[in-house]
Amino acid sequence: MPSELIHKFMRIDHLPHIWCAGCGNGIIMRDVAVALQELIDDPEVNLNRGKVVVVSGIGCSSRAAGYMDFDSIHTTHGRAIAFATGIKIAHPELEVIVLTGDGDCSAIGGNHLIHAARRNIGLTVVTFNNDIYGMTGGQYSPTTPTGDLGTTAPYGNIDRPFDIAQLAAGAGATFTARGSAYHVRETTELIRQGIMHKGFSLIDVYSVCPTYYGRKNHKGGAVEMLQWQKENMIPAARYYAMSEEEKQGKLLIGTLTHTNFPEYTAQYAKLIERAQAKAKKGE
Amino acid sequence: MAGKRKLVLDPSWCKGCGICVAFCPKQALELEEEKVRLKADNECVLCGLCEARCPDYAIWLEDLEE
Repeated sequence: MPSELIHKFMRIDHLPHIWCAGCGNGIIMRDVAVALQELIDDPEVNLNRGKVVVVSGIGCSSRAAGYMDFDSIHTTHGRAIAFATGIKIAHPELEVIVLTGDGDCSAIGGNHLIHAARRNIGLTVVTFNNDIYGMTGGQYSPTTPTGDLGTTAPYGNIDRPFDIAQLAAGAGATFTARGSAYHVRETTELIRQGIMHKGFSLIDVYSVCPTYYGRKNHKGGAVEMLQWQKENMIPAARYYAMSEEEKQGKLLIGTLTHTNFPEYTAQYAKLIERAQAKAKKGE
Repeated sequence: MAGKRKLVLDPSWCKGCGICVAFCPKQALELEEEKVRLKADNECVLCGLCEARCPDYAIWLEDLEE
């Protein structure tokens, strides 16, 4: 029997999972479980696990909805946020968590992402961002760095990559953050904050795909890729103490934006109230 | 940390990625035929970093039964 945490939050009969040796997705999925455990244990939050819904789309990342033992739905490619929006509109009291990948979220589902962010609907989106389409064999994705190789970019990718957290922030998301598979403690805390936030939250978590992205780009195995995250992704406290020169080529692990704006389902409830009051008056 | 704890391994879930071995601050772990094991002569301090970074949930800390 695995650890108490895994036993409590995962469908044990579906484990060990399908992900490759060294894939970062298992680490990130555990971070989500730990964040939920903390919110359940927190007497001020007292999260009811029966109110948690896990929604995913398609891709390696999206297998997570099948492994996590909550009310969950594994939807069509790119549409996780669209399904999650429907669930949240129908039942605003639910904590709706979307587990998605870089391709699912920012390519196939890019339009859903920007409009959910624009509406500031209270979803928590966690991207398992591995810079590649792993499940289909290593095609380049919208987050593949310029110049890197994929099976569909044999001479190097000429596109500029998306920064998914900045994309969501630009579209109006009120909580955006960046985590990594290596930075477990920081990432778990960002996911916890994202779930607590009343509005659209997106935590872009850098995963590692040693099988396709790593091997294709000679980045080594899982250990070397996590070592890169350790050296180049810097937790906020240290990052903000660095000089501009030191920050060159480094990425912040932490919150990118945290603002307040009315949440969509709350606004929608008010709209219904207004319309019903009008109808009563016979207007 | 409440109570005494121990490190538990389940080699049948281990895929041999070596993440726990590489990032153990005490170099207490090793791979044997692509499966994790605790070195015979180890200085494990039960920090739990292996559990936190194991993508396959094959290693964890557990409370010792009284």
